[in-house]
Amino acid sequence: MAPALQTQGLVKQFGGIIATNDVTLTVEKGARHALIGPNGAGKTTVINLLTGVLRPTAGRIVLEGRDITDLEAYKRVGLGLARTFQINQLFADLTPLETIGLAVSERMQLGRQWWRLPGSKPVVIEESVDILNRFGLTDAMNERTATLPYGKQRLLEIALAIACRPNVLLLDEPAAGVPEAERHGILDAVAALPSDVTVLLIEHDMDIVFSFADRISVLVNGELFVEGTPEEVAQDPRVKAVYLGEEAHDA
Amino acid sequence: MSALASLPPKPLVATAAASLASRARWKPAEIAFWLATVASIFLLPSKHLILTEIAILGLFALSLDLILGYAGIVSLGHAAFFGFGAYAAGILAKYGIIKEPVLALLASGVLAAALGFVTSFLVLRGSDLTRLMVTLGVALVLREIANQLDITGGADGLQGVVMEPILGHFPFDMFGRTAYIYSLVTLFVLFLIARRIVNSPFGLSLRSIKGNPLRAAAIGIHVNGRLVTIYTIAAAYAGIAGALLTQSTQFASLSVLDFERSADVMLIVIIGGTGYLYGGLIGAVLFKLVQDYLANVNPQYWQFWLGLILVMMIMFGRVYGAIMAALIFAICTWTRLPFMQSIVFTLVVLAVLGIARPQILAVTSRITERAAAIQTRLRARLARKPAER
Repeated sequence: MAPALQTQGLVKQFGGIIATNDVTLTVEKGARHALIGPNGAGKTTVINLLTGVLRPTAGRIVLEGRDITDLEAYKRVGLGLARTFQINQLFADLTPLETIGLAVSERMQLGRQWWRLPGSKPVVIEESVDILNRFGLTDAMNERTATLPYGKQRLLEIALAIACRPNVLLLDEPAAGVPEAERHGILDAVAALPSDVTVLLIEHDMDIVFSFADRISVLVNGELFVEGTPEEVAQDPRVKAVYLGEEAHDA
Repeated sequence: MSALASLPPKPLVATAAASLASRARWKPAEIAFWLATVASIFLLPSKHLILTEIAILGLFALSLDLILGYAGIVSLGHAAFFGFGAYAAGILAKYGIIKEPVLALLASGVLAAALGFVTSFLVLRGSDLTRLMVTLGVALVLREIANQLDITGGADGLQGVVMEPILGHFPFDMFGRTAYIYSLVTLFVLFLIARRIVNSPFGLSLRSIKGNPLRAAAIGIHVNGRLVTIYTIAAAYAGIAGALLTQSTQFASLSVLDFERSADVMLIVIIGGTGYLYGGLIGAVLFKLVQDYLANVNPQYWQFWLGLILVMMIMFGRVYGAIMAALIFAICTWTRLPFMQSIVFTLVVLAVLGIARPQILAVTSRITERAAAIQTRLRARLARKPAER
């Protein structure tokens, strides 16, 4: 069985700066894989390469056995690769219902229809409301997204990726910027993700990583440094030295 | 997926369906607007010429709103498609290629759409500034081509356009009644289609692209494909507006491709507001009426006053800006101030208003808040009444 997501010798250069250097990464089907690393290690660059926002300088990306290196970003979504963003990327003027409804109808290939009114397809609405319901967003579904509290926007960010019904989901620091009190809502949502969805989590927060991941890759200066189970990574002296630093004794 | 395990409650689904559909529902003000346009056919028989101009301008502005208000594409060369349609309709009629006006109108729209499709790939590149330059450039190139060609009549314009009766039954009359009704019907039909488009899933995807193209692509939307589609549709609309102008005036000149025409339509859409379709129509009515009024009252300097209105609108918002500009104009007119003194007076007032802008904005926003509060109270009272009865 082909792994869910694989990279081979992935390189990204911005002028003279090498942001990603020879990254060969394998994410197994159904895995809860975390990609960690200090600030500026190039984690988000890897996500942007995987999703097609950036084109790699060298290397290949393979999704479920299919080479997607040269595929445009929107086509990768159709093949089951979805992502969330570290900084919310939502549609400020749409309501959560419109936002999710849009993603669902796009996934069902209805997005080019111009003669039909939105809301006239029961399947789209039922699925949209179901997703909003699972993320506790039904109360706010008719409000402008821009007016929602930050925690709710963060939930919508994840719900929107889920609405694409991905096989592989890339979560870019899902709890970033969320106040302590609202954090558990996000973490519950992440924990409740369907188990058949493969998740690659980019995270800064070690508590989240060690409670969630069954496999961890450490990225330093754009290179894969160490990979293993949470225990192996936590025990690795090099990781302690380079990345965890003082935090190591907590972990 | 666990979709079936946690089916949401039925009423919630019904509410969601209703609220999604509510955007597309006809509001009383909309119906009133269209009834008023129908009434204008009968009530203002002497104004049909200017009303036809307004209808055509409104259609042109509607076209720009489709790309600017819904897809966020700025254009300073939208006259390219207007002019292309105008010349197409003229040439089709003059050389008897398509004699029936409605068919010729559709053909002009299709031709303009083809031009829109081809040039859309230039517009996809880059930022707003690049788009401004590219659209401006396309319109300039087209104008020069029209100037050089023989078939367009060059600088003399396309003369000798003779229109057959519409559908073989309704000849164009010298009072412009047929032309007005023809333009209004065209505007209404195209408006209905535009309304359908912007309220559809396709329209929703356009709004998402305008809001955040990065995320739109990240949920699987082919952003460029959608932009090409709406740009092509908008080009067809603009082309039909241009064709209407040629058909109703039986003449086409280089002015249909003028930069001023592109700039005016941009102003109109901004004055009327973008992204709700009526902005272009209302903007066209206001723009043309004010322009016509000023040109009558002050034939030499009307552009000065039009400019003042625009500056004030940008500085103090649409309503307050218009009121202030009207006040300045009224003072200068009533006191019969000569033009040079009017300029000095206006500039002084502008300087004072500019300096006091924060204070003025504080006052106007307080007025707006009061008005909004009164409005919600009235609405609540109106809503309560039927229940009490």
